[in-house]
Amino acid sequence: MDVVNGLMHGFAVALQPSNLLWCFVGCFLGTIIGVLPGLGPAATIALLLPVTFHMEPTGAIIMLAGIYYGAKYGGSTTSILLNMPGESSSVVTCIDGYQMARRGRAGAALGIAAISSFVAGTIGVILLSVVAPPVAAFALSFSSPEYFALMCFGLALVALLGGDSIIKALLALLVGLWLASVGVDLFTAQARFIFGQSKLLGGLDFLVIAIGIFAIGEILSNVEKRGAVNMLPVPRGIRNLLPNWEELRACRFAMVNGSLTGFIIGVLPGAGSTIASFVSYGVEKAVSRRPEKFGTGVPEGVAAPEAANNADTGGALVPLLTLGIPGGSSTAIMLSALILWGIRPGPLMMDEAPDVFWGLVASMYIGNAVLLLLNLPLVPLFAQILRLPSYILHPAILGLSIIGAYSVSSHLFDVGLLAGFGLLGYLMGKLGYPSAPLILGFVLGDAMERALRQSLMMSQGDLSILVSRPISAVLLACAVLILLSPLLGRFNQWRTRALHGS
Amino acid sequence: MLSRIVKDADVLSGSVLAALGVYIIMEASQWEAYTAGGPGPGFFPIWYGLAIVGLSLGLVVSKIVNGKGEEEGGIDWSGAPRALGAWAMFAAAGALLQPLGFVLSFALLTFFMVVVVFRQSVLTALLTALGCTAGFYLVFPVALGVDLPASPFGVF
Repeated sequence: MDVVNGLMHGFAVALQPSNLLWCFVGCFLGTIIGVLPGLGPAATIALLLPVTFHMEPTGAIIMLAGIYYGAKYGGSTTSILLNMPGESSSVVTCIDGYQMARRGRAGAALGIAAISSFVAGTIGVILLSVVAPPVAAFALSFSSPEYFALMCFGLALVALLGGDSIIKALLALLVGLWLASVGVDLFTAQARFIFGQSKLLGGLDFLVIAIGIFAIGEILSNVEKRGAVNMLPVPRGIRNLLPNWEELRACRFAMVNGSLTGFIIGVLPGAGSTIASFVSYGVEKAVSRRPEKFGTGVPEGVAAPEAANNADTGGALVPLLTLGIPGGSSTAIMLSALILWGIRPGPLMMDEAPDVFWGLVASMYIGNAVLLLLNLPLVPLFAQILRLPSYILHPAILGLSIIGAYSVSSHLFDVGLLAGFGLLGYLMGKLGYPSAPLILGFVLGDAMERALRQSLMMSQGDLSILVSRPISAVLLACAVLILLSPLLGRFNQWRTRALHGS
Repeated sequence: MLSRIVKDADVLSGSVLAALGVYIIMEASQWEAYTAGGPGPGFFPIWYGLAIVGLSLGLVVSKIVNGKGEEEGGIDWSGAPRALGAWAMFAAAGALLQPLGFVLSFALLTFFMVVVVFRQSVLTALLTALGCTAGFYLVFPVALGVDLPASPFGVF
């Protein structure tokens, strides 16, 4: 199926009333999650995954994707009104967005954020539609050594960009690989690391780990910091949310820059929208005629990072859908969701599950329009969510977490594991260990071990098979270079600044 | 100086991870690393076990060599008792699911979190616990038909 026919088929699927409804639900929930500081899209997708078990896969993935990109739209609201990013990817938006709001241009800043997000989200999906088929066609030539090397490359990037310390990121990744080994061995049925518990023979459930690490971990971190928020007033009425012509003119190149930067960085595993928004802000400042004004409330300082963090979504779905390799926490959970529903993302997905693949892509075009329509007139309403007391919100999320973990297997044992992983997630955050590498290590652990062992079976135990094939050799060499790159002082300084978004 | 380093978060976490790596290697060495059909169940764990030991020791050694104590590392533990208290309540609610069922355990969790962690009045806590529990009961078991642990008293 070529791109045009694929998209037409996708629109036929996405425009079905039930799928339109799920798209709207996902976008709406995503916006709320984006507005709420502290609860990210990864945690929300993990929490809602059990609800999708009874849903039709196409509708379910459309809803989860809506949460994923909807949260990025919503994340800018708190950045602009509170100087507090709703999502890590909206950190850069605080710099000029909050300054605009302080100067009485909060409405224009919110409008620019919504319009940039719409433009970039749409460009990102167009690029996804165009880039995904050739990438999938190329990946058809991959065998076990190439897949193993590709996973090494992706995980190396995740470790590099996962946190301040690459050692800690690698350790988190290795712990993820270990957790993936718990249970019966794929090839020999040998029980591994089960601590005498027969309930662990089937392995650890992904949802229990994801909800524990993200949802419980985030709640515990939020409980730590108790403090009142001072929100700037939100202008009412659509007219007050539209930027003026001068402001829009100033943003036009920033939107294009952010869209392209965001998509390219989104394709790279581990980079994520935080890095994308930082890089696009830096590029915009570097090419601007008035770089000294950045930080004082210039509209292009809002447009570039917001465009980048939304175009990143389309980029991030390229490796997920065409190679089955997620680049971040949210896409890792979406990969697990697809596998749970019996769909294997990878080069054959377009042919084996065209409804899901093209339906999802088409739904993102629709979702971007839905989000623009939702975000412009309803921003004052969404901002009111910030007034919901945390003493209601936090216990409710804990209750949802219990239900999410219990509904996986109806075993109370899983709720115990959930508490354990929640504590682990909190301690990792306190001690500076990033959680994304652990989740990706867990998600890719089984596939990585399988690919390595199959490669060695093909070569009768000769490890040189990994470096004698050109694609795997290049990918492994890149992985080694990536892991050694922090040794370059200037690169490491840039990396640390990018991760902190400053 | 020595006690500062021993109490340092990186040194402590690195030591725990090194111990985990040793455990993984010891366990994996009991399984075949190579079989007639190719790599065995012990092959992959031995490699990442060795990597965990190497990296965690690297973390510990670099901290000791640099000699920076915790106060220079800047981890703020002042809010940890609140977070750990909330976690203990959550864990207790998980343990009470078997004898009390979801509704009662969740109501207790909400009540104690609102009173102890968020320092609200008993009345606020009571109303929040009742409201949240009723909402969950109506949405999950009633509307969505989700099976939740039931209490011996006949209610969810």
